Amino acid sequence: MENIEALLAEGAAAVAAAQSTQDLDQVRVEYLGKKGLMTALLKGLGKLSPEERPQAGAKINEAKQALSEQINARKAALESAALEARLAAETIDVTLPGRGQQLGGLHPVTKTMERIEAFFSGIGYSVAEGPEIEDDYHNFEALNIPSHHPARAMHDTFYFNAHTLLRTHTSPVQIRTMEAEKPPVRIICPGRVYRCDYDQTHSPMFHQVEGLIVDTDISFADLKGTLEQFLREFFEEDVKVRFRPSYFPFTEPSIEVDIDRGNGKWLEVLGCGMVHPKVLEAVGIDPEEFTGFAFGMGVERLAMLRYGVNDLRLFFENDLRFLSQFN
Amino acid sequence: MKFSEKWLRELVNPEIDTQGLVDQITMAGLEVDEIESVASDFSGVVVGEILLAEQHPNADKLQVCKVSDGNEEFQVVCGAPNARAGLKTAFAKVGAVLPGPDGKDFKIKKAKLRQVESLGMLCAEDELGMSEDHGGIMELAADAPVGACLREYLDLNDKIIDVDLTPNRGDCLSITGLAREVGVLNKAPVSFIEAEAVAPAIDDTFEVVLEAPQACPRYVGRVIRNVNVKAATPRWMVDKLARSGIRSIDPVVDVTNYVLLELGQPMHAFDLNKLSGNIVVRMAQQEEPLTLLDGQEVKLNEDTLVIADGSGPVAMAGIFGGEATGVTTDSTDIFLESAFFDPIAIAGRARSFGLHTDSSHRFERGVDWQLQRKAIERATALLLDIVGGDAGPVTEAVSEADLPSDRQVILRHAKVNSLLAFEMPAEEIEEILTRLGLQLESTAAGVWTVSVPAYRFDISIEVDLIEELARVYGYNNLPVRTPKASMPLKPNQESLVTVQQIRRNLIAQGYQEAITYSFIEAGLQKKFDDQYEAVALANPISAEMAVMRTSIWPGLVKALQYNQNRQQSRIRLFETGQRFLPNGEEMIQENVIAGVVCGGRDPEGWTAGKTQVDFFDVKAHVESLLALGGAGDDFRFVAQKHVALHPGQSAQIERQGEVVGYIGALHPSLQADLGLNGNVYLFELRLDLVQQGRLPRFSELSKFPESRRDLAVIVDESQSFEAVRQCAAEHAGEFLNEVTLFDVYQGQGIEVGRKSLALGLTWQHPSRTLNEEEISGAIDSVISALGKELGATLRE
Repeated sequence: MENIEALLAEGAAAVAAAQSTQDLDQVRVEYLGKKGLMTALLKGLGKLSPEERPQAGAKINEAKQALSEQINARKAALESAALEARLAAETIDVTLPGRGQQLGGLHPVTKTMERIEAFFSGIGYSVAEGPEIEDDYHNFEALNIPSHHPARAMHDTFYFNAHTLLRTHTSPVQIRTMEAEKPPVRIICPGRVYRCDYDQTHSPMFHQVEGLIVDTDISFADLKGTLEQFLREFFEEDVKVRFRPSYFPFTEPSIEVDIDRGNGKWLEVLGCGMVHPKVLEAVGIDPEEFTGFAFGMGVERLAMLRYGVNDLRLFFENDLRFLSQFN
Repeated sequence: MKFSEKWLRELVNPEIDTQGLVDQITMAGLEVDEIESVASDFSGVVVGEILLAEQHPNADKLQVCKVSDGNEEFQVVCGAPNARAGLKTAFAKVGAVLPGPDGKDFKIKKAKLRQVESLGMLCAEDELGMSEDHGGIMELAADAPVGACLREYLDLNDKIIDVDLTPNRGDCLSITGLAREVGVLNKAPVSFIEAEAVAPAIDDTFEVVLEAPQACPRYVGRVIRNVNVKAATPRWMVDKLARSGIRSIDPVVDVTNYVLLELGQPMHAFDLNKLSGNIVVRMAQQEEPLTLLDGQEVKLNEDTLVIADGSGPVAMAGIFGGEATGVTTDSTDIFLESAFFDPIAIAGRARSFGLHTDSSHRFERGVDWQLQRKAIERATALLLDIVGGDAGPVTEAVSEADLPSDRQVILRHAKVNSLLAFEMPAEEIEEILTRLGLQLESTAAGVWTVSVPAYRFDISIEVDLIEELARVYGYNNLPVRTPKASMPLKPNQESLVTVQQIRRNLIAQGYQEAITYSFIEAGLQKKFDDQYEAVALANPISAEMAVMRTSIWPGLVKALQYNQNRQQSRIRLFETGQRFLPNGEEMIQENVIAGVVCGGRDPEGWTAGKTQVDFFDVKAHVESLLALGGAGDDFRFVAQKHVALHPGQSAQIERQGEVVGYIGALHPSLQADLGLNGNVYLFELRLDLVQQGRLPRFSELSKFPESRRDLAVIVDESQSFEAVRQCAAEHAGEFLNEVTLFDVYQGQGIEVGRKSLALGLTWQHPSRTLNEEEISGAIDSVISALGKELGATLRE
């Protein structure tokens, strides 16, 4: 029985020497397994006297317990070391770029148009679209611009023939909508428009967003309130806004709206006015019963002001170095 | 229109400075573009008289002058060749401050030029910032008061105001019209020009016949004999004209231009002795020739109104005079014209001849039809003062019936208030309109009948009057509110995919949105479309922008080329927009979405391979677009050739028989033609067909296990997977869930010209487990059908 201490010491040494959980399992089998050394000692108890047996059995069990605990402790230590080693081995450079597609982006003109649409959709306007190749009637006549009108010179129109042209504004969409729908009308008309003019500040193709509201009791004050709020929200600045009398054949009174973003310079940003009674009459709406206002803005111009773009021509060069700046 | 502020202030002189005036008229709708100074801010320059000019002892090109300022004499060295005794000129005395050529002012000091003392400087116009003229020192009038401050003598503190008038305000195209407006805005009195009738000294007249009375209902004329056109136009008139941008020609032309600026009535003067027969105002005959005052020869049209004499047209009415009958310095007798031409008869005509004159500009917008007699009297009086002569009586040919009628407009106070959302007091309404020259008569409670003066062509209905009220009251002084409206819900079709979603899907796949021109070069267009003949613009800006695109591809491919030329190799662009397909008389304008792709499959990176993008990458992008609405299984890709695409790598995309669009590799010869690097892939889809999705429809989930069998079949390589899939699906029984393709193989072990397709078939029954015999039976029927219909064999 005296060798139980020696056996435990030997076992403890084996546990300490184990370098893996497999080694430890071997130690467990060797000492504590069914045929293990300590188990064999227990089997040898039968040779002892009944008086000696309980004491010797307890001693062996204590030794077994002690060794088992040492094995478990060693196992935990080995597992923890193994985990540490694995974690260390699996450490990556998290600053390396991610894998997969890079995000593309919207064109700044679309980005601006969608933003404008969102403001007006939020207060009940619907988006309306129409053809870009238009007839003279919808682009001019119905908008109170007869063929001899000096305002036609302001438009520099692209023609296909005497009656067919590229729309010079998105106003024909307003006409087409009013021809099809009865008031109340609340629409916003984004789209491409064309004018026969090409230099540093003019592009033969550009984008407009026009808006139209026709209802009972729509006043000049409503127009001012709507557009003043729009400009402040669009620029997210407390811009100064002024309403300057102007002239468009399809509105009366007509207004140009200027803003001052704090540098003391007034910049024209949109044109608007109360819908001309002749325009309402042309689409069969009684101007005595209904009034309305319309407005139009150049999208490129607003995008240039908002994002600080300094050259109109960049919008249509489609240079990726330019486009990706708006992603 | 450019005008001299000082001239305006001769008629109306409110107590506001130049900037105040400019802001005020801008905010009244007369937008000021620019304010120019007549001269720079120099000081200390007087009218000097050269008493003596002698050769400089030490310099060939210099003279030594004795210059008087009226009190003293100064020795001044001068390099100008026109410096001569007796000349009155601009004299900058010692201490004067002049603008320097570098933009900085400099002071005139006592100086020595080649050892000769010089006390001051004689100035050319450019040295005083008056013009670019450096032809010599200024030549002032012989009666210029020596010693007078030059700024005051020449009114150099004046400002030139350039106002950009809108087409409705033809009434402001004169000093009188502007003064009227300024008077209204400031409640200031206006000294309107009075034109006393000039009593005839002779009886001579020249007959005028109105053959087109609708176009010219009034023609006022006057003969003036014995004029001296060699006389000089007075300085004040030359200056006023110059400040309006009009060059002095001769006194007769100058006076007609002056009256045009002062009153707004364009006039013309003929050399009476070059006129034959009588004046006939008529429409031109087609191709009738006329040589204009500037020497240009034009062929007239039937819609051109002309002034003709016995020999034919002598002027394009209201636009330009003719050369043959023009006044010259040798003319002695003249015939003055002051007519009213209907705006509709003049509008657009000048433009059609490439002309734009001060006269046509005014007649197109409308000239006061009651002004002609006053204008001719005014011009006569001014002329007689300058060129002398004897005036005949004023003659007037008129067709009263064709003159514009007096306009009366009803104005309701309630309408003013409702349109402006503002209770404007009746007194204010009456005052504003009265000051604008309108006459109000109260015809009922809250109702006025307003008579519109002949110069206001823009006022014909009630809102025109309300605009005047709002404008004069001040747009910015009127109230602000937001509309009150009923709030019905807007329809929102759930199955519809928005363009915004479609764009963002492509963006997530690395595409950048582009916007290209809708008009493109005809040759390029043809290379991309052999089906439609693109419609051409009648007046394109350039050959590069001449025809309307029938596809977005040419524009996108050009954008790709542009970027490849700027060292970009991996490009993914898309665009949405209209394409224009001529279809007989009709024009199909439909929205499409198109994309163009080239370069690496993945962005350059540390994990990425060098694999280049191919057809199936782009097909996956398109498939994800088609699947957005939940109806992806509606679409089919069918091999189909397209002129712009590689014949072996192009597909037509169909949805239930309708063509949605095309996808494919750019044709190698087109790629080479455009000098593009690497393979380029394209797609274009009709947006309406992509946007229309399908509502999800729930089907019961089976609680029973699914069974899968894999099958490798060998078919001819020309056989499409789609055919194999369809055949397998048709014969696999009703409980087939799906067919997937997990391998395509050609090479060792497979006969040349054949390919192996590995299919995975999955079955599931809604209410029980399928047994082995059922699955085997289904597989057998698939194998047998594939064999019979497509010549497929099982891969061992």
